[in-house]
Amino acid sequence: MAEAAAVAHDDHHYTSTGLNSWKLGFWTLIGSECLFFGTLISTYMVYKGQSIVGPFSGEIFDIPLTTVSTFVLLMSSLAMVLALDGVQRGSRKLSMIWLGVVILLGATFLGFQVYEFSHFYHEGLGLDTNLLGSSFYVLTGFHGTHVFFGVVWLTTLWVMSARGKLPPSKALNVEIAGLYWHFVDIVWIVIFVLVYLIQ
Amino acid sequence: MSVATDTAAAPHTAHHGEPTGLWSWITTVDHKRIGVMYFLTSVFFLLVGGLEALLIRIQLFKPENDFISAELYNQLFTMHGTTMIFLVAMPMAVAFFNYVVPLQIGARDVAFPRLNALSYWIYLFGGLYLNASWFVGAAPNTSWVGYANLTSTQFSPGLNVDFWVLGLSILGVSSIMGGVNFITTIINLRAPGMKLMRMPLFTWMTFVTSFLLITALPVIAVALIMLAFDRFFSANFFNVAAGGDPVLWQHLFWIFGHPEVYILVLPAFGVISDVIPAFSRKPLFGYPVVVYAGVLIGFIGWGVWSHHMFTSGLGPIADSFFVATTMIIAIPTGVKIFNWMATMWGGAIRFTTAMNFAIGLVALFTVGGLSGVMHASAPVDLQQHDSYFVVAHFHYVIVGGILLGMFSGLYYWFPKVTGRYMSEKLGAWHFWSTLIGFNLTFFPMHFSGMFGMPRRTWTYQSELGVEFYNQLSTIGGFMLGVSTLIMLYNVIKSARSGAPAGSNPWGAPTLEWSIPSPPHHYNFPSLPEVRSREPMWHDAEREAIEAVTLAEPESEPVMPGPSFWPIVVASGVTATWALVMTGVWWVPLIGLAYTTFGVFMWAFEDPFKHLKSSH
Amino acid sequence: MSSHADAHGHGEGGHASVGFYWAIGGILAVLTALEVAAYYMELGAVEVPLLLGLSLAKFVIVVMFFMHLKFDSKLFTGVFLAGMVLAIFMVSALMLLYHVVPGLGVGA
Repeated sequence: MAEAAAVAHDDHHYTSTGLNSWKLGFWTLIGSECLFFGTLISTYMVYKGQSIVGPFSGEIFDIPLTTVSTFVLLMSSLAMVLALDGVQRGSRKLSMIWLGVVILLGATFLGFQVYEFSHFYHEGLGLDTNLLGSSFYVLTGFHGTHVFFGVVWLTTLWVMSARGKLPPSKALNVEIAGLYWHFVDIVWIVIFVLVYLIQ
Repeated sequence: MSVATDTAAAPHTAHHGEPTGLWSWITTVDHKRIGVMYFLTSVFFLLVGGLEALLIRIQLFKPENDFISAELYNQLFTMHGTTMIFLVAMPMAVAFFNYVVPLQIGARDVAFPRLNALSYWIYLFGGLYLNASWFVGAAPNTSWVGYANLTSTQFSPGLNVDFWVLGLSILGVSSIMGGVNFITTIINLRAPGMKLMRMPLFTWMTFVTSFLLITALPVIAVALIMLAFDRFFSANFFNVAAGGDPVLWQHLFWIFGHPEVYILVLPAFGVISDVIPAFSRKPLFGYPVVVYAGVLIGFIGWGVWSHHMFTSGLGPIADSFFVATTMIIAIPTGVKIFNWMATMWGGAIRFTTAMNFAIGLVALFTVGGLSGVMHASAPVDLQQHDSYFVVAHFHYVIVGGILLGMFSGLYYWFPKVTGRYMSEKLGAWHFWSTLIGFNLTFFPMHFSGMFGMPRRTWTYQSELGVEFYNQLSTIGGFMLGVSTLIMLYNVIKSARSGAPAGSNPWGAPTLEWSIPSPPHHYNFPSLPEVRSREPMWHDAEREAIEAVTLAEPESEPVMPGPSFWPIVVASGVTATWALVMTGVWWVPLIGLAYTTFGVFMWAFEDPFKHLKSSH
Repeated sequence: MSSHADAHGHGEGGHASVGFYWAIGGILAVLTALEVAAYYMELGAVEVPLLLGLSLAKFVIVVMFFMHLKFDSKLFTGVFLAGMVLAIFMVSALMLLYHVVPGLGVGA
């Protein structure tokens, strides 16, 4: 985060485009992440329906459960923009409430995922069972890892906010964390349809 | 972060100078020092990879030789390829990105200086980790493309492939971060008036290359992750018994691997697109066309990958598509060749060593390009696939194209880095021994390939009739070895006692030649204003710029201070991956915890704390 | 330091109101409900295109409004799309190579 300050510092904030470098760099990184998840999704799609032994996706996927966790993650994105709004207004109360909501919803999503993974495992789907096991766990697992790091990041910001160290002048920190969070959300939007709904 | 607010009130403070000593290099965030470290490290690995090549050449000197075993041979050619691509060609280009790009666009550093240091340290640690495999006698042995399912635990039970899959994953992190850094730098840190279409070609090609880095590297990263899951956690991605498809590895590898070819070659194109105009005393012929051709190469480079896979049986429809795209990509490449020649045409050419290497690239890359068009055709490729003809082809591209381009850049920018010229006399020896040794090594490989000599095979029988060509190749290989030593000697000698060079020793047109050689650690006392593509060639503009860039500032510009955390995080990233080797899922988490600690310390570190302590 | 400018980004035209964000959240919830409904109704041939369309709509809405691309500099959109377009290209190309081309009957 301080990295951006380095740039902002130089020559009274000079950048050739007027854009903040940290934000531009982060958007670039998101572009790169598209390829990361794109490759995982490609692999899942190539191997879809190619498993030789069960359990197969149609037998174990629990659409109502996943719908709830999808909804939870989607609403966390709403809470995220409200949190950013709170920080920009300089309202510590709103910042803490909404950042807290994002963290709780993110953790809830992770809870659903842990439940889902252990449920599937008890249904007989291990990482080494078939192609579904490998491609499903690695794809959704890496997404879950991203959610986990997002929760850690947002918790850091929440603590900063609680200690009064997140004034509007630092809203950019929250905005960048928000970009990350929304990106993780849109990846799930794609996964929800390609992995769960289209079978 | 908070400090940014405090110190900005006084953006210019007292003189700080440049720190010296080993610790200052370990904690440096200066793009120029990082560039130098990148270069020296890549030269070290060039010697390692070269030594591996020479052992291969000794083995192939005569038929049915038993100088080295088949098993060691496998390790040698695998590590030779992996080293030369990932530890030499890429980072040597990144060395020039680092040193030159900020100077060319009029910036004081890259956008994220500490991230830049992190990229370097990860590269160094990743490279050392990969080569540590030699010391346990288990260097990677499944070739640089590591085709599934040879890399499965069933067929490669040892540590060899573990080193490879984890080592390359580590290196990928470094490249992606470098790509992000340079895209941001080039978009955001250009001096006033440095419009995109005024940027020097080297900066342009860095820009295109950076996009290829951030888009192609994630693909191989995921493929490597899947292979790692297969190996360490019994996943089935490439397990045929479970329905997995080894050809998927080939697709993912080459979706990365072909853009990778352009990641390697575009920087070299960039170098000579700056060198040729400088030594022809003429602006680059058709500047916009050269830029667009570079962008187009980067773009089409994404749609040609399956030409590496014609023998895998994709069928006529897929083959035809990839034949067509591959032939199309020769067009923008050819356009560049003609533009370089047209730049020289009618110019006042000075045949310096830098220029000789640039011209050598134009000629030798064209040879490699032509054989490339040959096996763009699927039926022809079926004959040539995995033969020494292909080895000849890509060495003409990679050595004749890329390495010569890097050498050209070395001679061209060395005076900027050190304030001293490299010896032109030794340079001539270096150039001619490289040119002759190179052609002697690789031209005969076209023939040995045509006669049916396969790649990646530790020996051949005399009936094949390729002994003579192999002997030529081996002699040439040793000549190349000698030429590299000449280069090394020249670098060391010239750095100590070369003739002093001024700010613009070549009379070159671009912005990096407006500042003193070597530059101040802040590069530009204040930012110059650029009004054309060749600012140093228009007298009025040059004088206006030099009035700014050569001035001694009353107070030095504020630069971010040194940081210890990049090397901490880099060691953490390397340790995390290396610990995956244990095969116990929670052990790498120890490395992850250490990395996370480093990241937090980094995030809350104030890059300008060194200013506060001095108040 | 004009950190204020940082906080609110550059070139972000109008800042959306809280009510607007809630409305967007509502639309996203409705679209998700429609997706699940489409899944259960088993619509045959139109199901897959419909699902893809709905998720694309959600994707675009989040990117444009929650991630502010609609109000922000086009450069952000540019560097994002560079990766996004190539990712879509790669997924499509591999799907074609694996699930369409071999079924055309002329393969080896």
